[in-house]
Amino acid sequence: MTEIFGIPIQAFAGQLLIGLQNGCFYAILSLGLAIIFGMLNIINFAHGALFMTGAFAAWYCTTSLGLSYWAALAVVPVVVGLFGILIERLLLQWLYKLDHLYGLLLTFGLALVIEGLFQHKFGSSGQSMSSPEALQGAVNLGFMFLPIYRGWVVGASIVLCIITWFMIERTRLGSYLRAGTENPRLVQSFGINVPLMITLTYGYGIALAAFAGVLAAPIIQVSPHMGANIIIVVFAVVVIGGMGSIMGSILTGLGLGLVEGLTKVFYPEASSTIVFVVMAIVLLIRPAGLFGKEK
Amino acid sequence: MKQFRPAVLAAALAGALVAAPALADVKLSDGVVRIGVLTDLSGLYADISGAGVVEAVKMAADDFMKENPGIKVEVISADHQNKADIASTKAREWIDTQKVDMLQDLVTSSVALAVVKVAAEKKRIAIVNGAATSRVSNEDCTPYSVHYTYDTIAMANGTGKYVVKNGGDSWYFLTADYAFGHSLEKDVSAVVTANGGKVVGSVRHPLNTSDFSSFLLQAQSSGAKIIGLANAGGDTINTIKAASEFGLLKSGKQKLAGLLMFITDVHALGLNATQGLYITSAFYWDLNDETRKWSARYFERMKREPSMVQAGNYSSTMHYLKAVKAAGTDDSDTVMKKMRETPVNDFFARNGVIRADGRMVHDMYLVQVKSPAESKKPWDYYNVVATIPGKDAYLPLEKSACPLVKK
Repeated sequence: MTEIFGIPIQAFAGQLLIGLQNGCFYAILSLGLAIIFGMLNIINFAHGALFMTGAFAAWYCTTSLGLSYWAALAVVPVVVGLFGILIERLLLQWLYKLDHLYGLLLTFGLALVIEGLFQHKFGSSGQSMSSPEALQGAVNLGFMFLPIYRGWVVGASIVLCIITWFMIERTRLGSYLRAGTENPRLVQSFGINVPLMITLTYGYGIALAAFAGVLAAPIIQVSPHMGANIIIVVFAVVVIGGMGSIMGSILTGLGLGLVEGLTKVFYPEASSTIVFVVMAIVLLIRPAGLFGKEK
Repeated sequence: MKQFRPAVLAAALAGALVAAPALADVKLSDGVVRIGVLTDLSGLYADISGAGVVEAVKMAADDFMKENPGIKVEVISADHQNKADIASTKAREWIDTQKVDMLQDLVTSSVALAVVKVAAEKKRIAIVNGAATSRVSNEDCTPYSVHYTYDTIAMANGTGKYVVKNGGDSWYFLTADYAFGHSLEKDVSAVVTANGGKVVGSVRHPLNTSDFSSFLLQAQSSGAKIIGLANAGGDTINTIKAASEFGLLKSGKQKLAGLLMFITDVHALGLNATQGLYITSAFYWDLNDETRKWSARYFERMKREPSMVQAGNYSSTMHYLKAVKAAGTDDSDTVMKKMRETPVNDFFARNGVIRADGRMVHDMYLVQVKSPAESKKPWDYYNVVATIPGKDAYLPLEKSACPLVKK
C-alpha cells in the first residue's frame, strides 16, 4: 500500500476529509465574526454562545416541538438571528462610538450569562440529537466510510459561504453595506438607512452562527460548553485570515481545519494548540493577517 | 395553656441532658466542623460531581446534625474550574482564613493531586471522591488523604479484566492527555497484558476535544478488537457519539470499552448509543432497598439519580463526621486514626476499610447498559453482571507505592 509519512494514503485522505469538515464549522463561524467586525467594528465574543444556542434550539425543535430537522434548519437561524437583532438594538448600538474593548467586554459578559443559563437548565453533560433519517448511514468512499451527514455538512457550509461572499462583494446591497462601513454619514446622505443595515448585518452574522449550531447538533453533544470550546479557535482563524476579510476567513477556516486534522494524526497532543502556533507565526510575518490589508 | 408548662419545661430539661454529653465530649477547634467542597460547578465534570456533590455533602451534614444536635457542621463550596492552581489557592485560603477542617470531592485528577499536598502541609483531611488517578493512594499519598469512591486501578480490574477474559484481547487506547488519562491507560494496559492480551497502540487527545472522528479512524485502522476510552465526561460522550455515527459498532469487528463512565453519561447519550457497554461502578441507585431509599431522598432534592461520586461524597462525609464524634475532636490526626479503625457500613459500602495508603477498599460492580427495550423507566439503565470484591478490585496494599505503607 502507498504511504505518506508512514501513514497509508487511504487513512491520510480520510483524515483530510474530517479536517475539511471541521474547517467548515470554523469557516461559517469566522465568516459571521468577520462580517460583524467589518461592518460594526464589534468583536463579537457572544458568537460561540449563540452557536450553542442554535444547537440547543435545534434539539428543542426536533425533540419537544416535533419539528423535522429541515424545519429546524430553516426556523432556528431566523429565531436566533432575531434574538441577535434584539441584542444589537438594546445593547450594542450604544457602543459603536467607543473603543473596541467595550463591545468585546459586553459580548463576553453576554456569552457567560447565556452559557450559565443553559448549564443551569440542562446540566453539563448536554443532550443528544440524532441526524435526520434521510442523511443517516454512510457511503464507502474506498478509503473511508463517510457518514452521509458529514458530507452534507461540508456541502451546505461551502454553499452558504459562497452565497454570503457573493452577497457582500458582488451585489448592490453588499456595496451599500461596504460603503456604509467606510463612511456612514456620506452613505446616509444618499438616502440609505445605515443603522438598519447594520442591525440586519448583525442579525445575519448571528443567524450564520445559529445555522452552524444546527449543523453541529447531530455531530457533537449539544452541551452548554460547545460554543466556548470552539470560539477561541475561531477567533484565531479570524486573526490569521485578517480581521474583517470575508474571503480570508472562509479560506483560513477551511485551511486550518485541514492543518488541525493533520496534527491529530502526526502529533495529536498538539491538536488543540496548533492553530495558535500558526497564529503566532502569521502575526510575526504578516501582522494584518493573511488576507488583511495593512492600514 | 398554663397546665402544659411543666411538661414543656421537663422536655427541655431532658433535651438538654441528652445533648449535654455531646457538647461536653466533642471539642471542636472553633466550635464548628467546617467542610469545604471543592468541585467542578461549571465545567465538563459538573454533572458527575458539581452541584449534586454539594447537595450530597449538605444532606450528610443535615442528617448528622439531626442525630447530633450538639455538633455544628457547616458546608461551604467553590468552583475550581478543573484548574489545579485555582483549587490549591482556594484550599489554602479556606484553611488559613475560614478554618476549614476537611476538603471534599476534588474531582479532576490534577486538582486532587495538588490539593492533597496542600492539605497535608496544613494537616487537614482531604477526601478524594471525584478524581480517578490511582496516584492519590500510591506515589502521592499523604497521611491526611483518603481516596474513597473509586480509582483507575479498580476501573482496570473491572471492565479491563472482564473484557480481556471474554475475548477482547487486543486493545487500542483513546487517552485524555492529562494525569487521569495517563493513569487509566497505564493501569488498564497492565491488566490487559497480565491477562494475556496485548496493547497495539494509543492516541492522546487534548482535554475537551469536540470531534473525535479523527482519533476513531486511527483506532479503526489499528485493527484492535477493543477501543479503550481512557477519558471521561464530555470527552467520552463525544467519542461514543462519533463512534456510532461512523458505524464503528455496527460492523461488530471492534468494540468500545468505556473505562470510566458514569450513569450521567449514559443518561446524556441515551440507551441507543450506549446499550451493551460494560461499565465498572462503585454504586448504582437500584442495587437494593438501602440504595433505593437513599437515592430517593437525593432524587427529591436534585431531580436526578445520583452518580457514584455523589453517593460517595455523602458516605465519606458521614464517615468523617461520625469519626469526629467518636474521637471527640476535630483534630486531623485523631480523626484520621478513628476513620481508619472504623469500617464503613452504609448504603454505599459494606465493610469498607480505609488502609494506610488512604485507599478506601470496598466492593465494586461490573454492570452492562440495558437495551432500550429492557429499560422500564427513566434511569433504569444497568444490569449488574458481577460484584467485584474489594480485594480484587483495588491494588493490594503490599503492592502500593505509597511510602507510608510499612513493608
